[in-house]
Amino acid sequence: MKTTALELTDLDVRYGGVQALRGLSLTVAEGEIVALLGNNGAGKTTTLSTVSGLVRPAGGTVRHEGQDITRSSPPSIVERGLIHVPEGRRIFSTLTVHENLLMGGYPVRDQATLRRRLDRAYELLPRLAERRAQQGGTLSGGEQQMLAIGRALVAGPRLLMLDEPSMGLAPLLVTAVMDVIRDINAEGTSVLLVEQNAKAALKIAHRGYVIENGECTLDGSAAELSADSRVVEAYLGGV
Amino acid sequence: MSQLIWNGLFVGSFYALVALGYSMVYGIIKLLNFAHGDLYMLGAFSGFAMLGAMGGLVKSQSLLALFIVLLLAMLTTGLSGVVLERVAYRPLRRAPRLALLITAVGASFALEYGTRIVAGANPKVYPVRLGGTTLHVFGARITVQQLALVGVAVALMVALHLLITRSRQGRAMRAIALDPRAALLMGVDVDKVIARTFFIGSALAGAAGVMAGGYYGKIDFLMGFIIGLKAFTAAVIGGIGNMQGTMLGGLVLGLLESFGTHWLGGEWRDVFAFGCLILFLTVRPTGLLGERVTERV
Repeated sequence: MKTTALELTDLDVRYGGVQALRGLSLTVAEGEIVALLGNNGAGKTTTLSTVSGLVRPAGGTVRHEGQDITRSSPPSIVERGLIHVPEGRRIFSTLTVHENLLMGGYPVRDQATLRRRLDRAYELLPRLAERRAQQGGTLSGGEQQMLAIGRALVAGPRLLMLDEPSMGLAPLLVTAVMDVIRDINAEGTSVLLVEQNAKAALKIAHRGYVIENGECTLDGSAAELSADSRVVEAYLGGV
Repeated sequence: MSQLIWNGLFVGSFYALVALGYSMVYGIIKLLNFAHGDLYMLGAFSGFAMLGAMGGLVKSQSLLALFIVLLLAMLTTGLSGVVLERVAYRPLRRAPRLALLITAVGASFALEYGTRIVAGANPKVYPVRLGGTTLHVFGARITVQQLALVGVAVALMVALHLLITRSRQGRAMRAIALDPRAALLMGVDVDKVIARTFFIGSALAGAAGVMAGGYYGKIDFLMGFIIGLKAFTAAVIGGIGNMQGTMLGGLVLGLLESFGTHWLGGEWRDVFAFGCLILFLTVRPTGLLGERVTERV
């Protein structure tokens, strides 16, 4: 058994009177790609926000590499290498592409490390190099997604959490984004991938969880889930 | 004509200095900090206190002394701004915008009348009065002290511009202004950066306060009120939240006032300035350089 990168145990999250997560548990092993599937409002984004410290759970724990980080501040969580690429990319629209990448490297104090990671991001995402001096808001949707991923790479992720990276992208771009995620994973970064596009996600994931109404209702290897009739029916577009 | 332009630029550089803090704070937390003008007043008073404490020491070297006092007063005012943010504004970060606005008005009164209790209601005469030789440039009378003050103002603005456009901190400020939650996900300690923004903005206002004290020679606890409104006007004219725009707005307002005073008479100065504010708010609310805010999907 590989060591555990991320472990969520019995997470309860409430927004006012609404219960967003009910006793959700999941794990991501070192080096794994785990897909988190489910419909709108199932609690996928809340799960990621809880890990990154934007949302405080009412109960349960979040552990990163064995250490309890349930009450840690967002900056200290980023510093541990848990990097969250938010839904809708959230590019800094009037900052240039390069400045956006530099923002990703905000916690990185060592200039040599920063430069190496910037080079790596440009190498992996060559489109960004072409658009280096352009404002982030002027990029196309696919390029913005690449920028959001590049920004996360510069932070030096140990665990990369991506929220709906395929949203609003043409099928060809979805494949390109998924390929990039697989490349990043191949270099040793664990990935927690939230997707509505279950087909694309299960193609690159090792394992997956299905959540409904804030609860985990199903989990298994990507192959098992792809074959499961309930998943096929609900998320893979039926027969 | 060139005299009017010079007068306008001189006063305008003060407006710009104060307006920058206004604009920075608005840019980063979308708060119209109505207490900002009072930080200018606080700068003038702390400069006054320091000069008083230094006593006769300063008489001979007034420009150098004023410069040192300027730096110290900037520090004091900057820290006051940080305290103001921590005590009055941070607890309301998630509150409705109106609550924050009312608090800002309250903070303004608190600073004004707090100063009145400590320093008294009577105007104070600044112990240093900058004298200087007069130069004639293109027919305008320019004093050396005016040049020095404009020089300091320009230097501060250039420094601020470099900080915002080139440094890591400046980048973080711009990022927070665009999307604080995303900035948090980049590992930015948003509270700390906001506190620094208040420090810088307030320090600039404090600098303007000391310079105004040294130039006009007289200060009182309500001196920040009008300049606060003028700075707001300058920020709106240039484009609030946009730094270059705000600097431009300060100069434009100074020039408008200078020419307005010439054509209409001195008693119309404020009427003219605030008339311009209303005009801009109706015709071009984003200001000269302000961009239309793009809706986030």
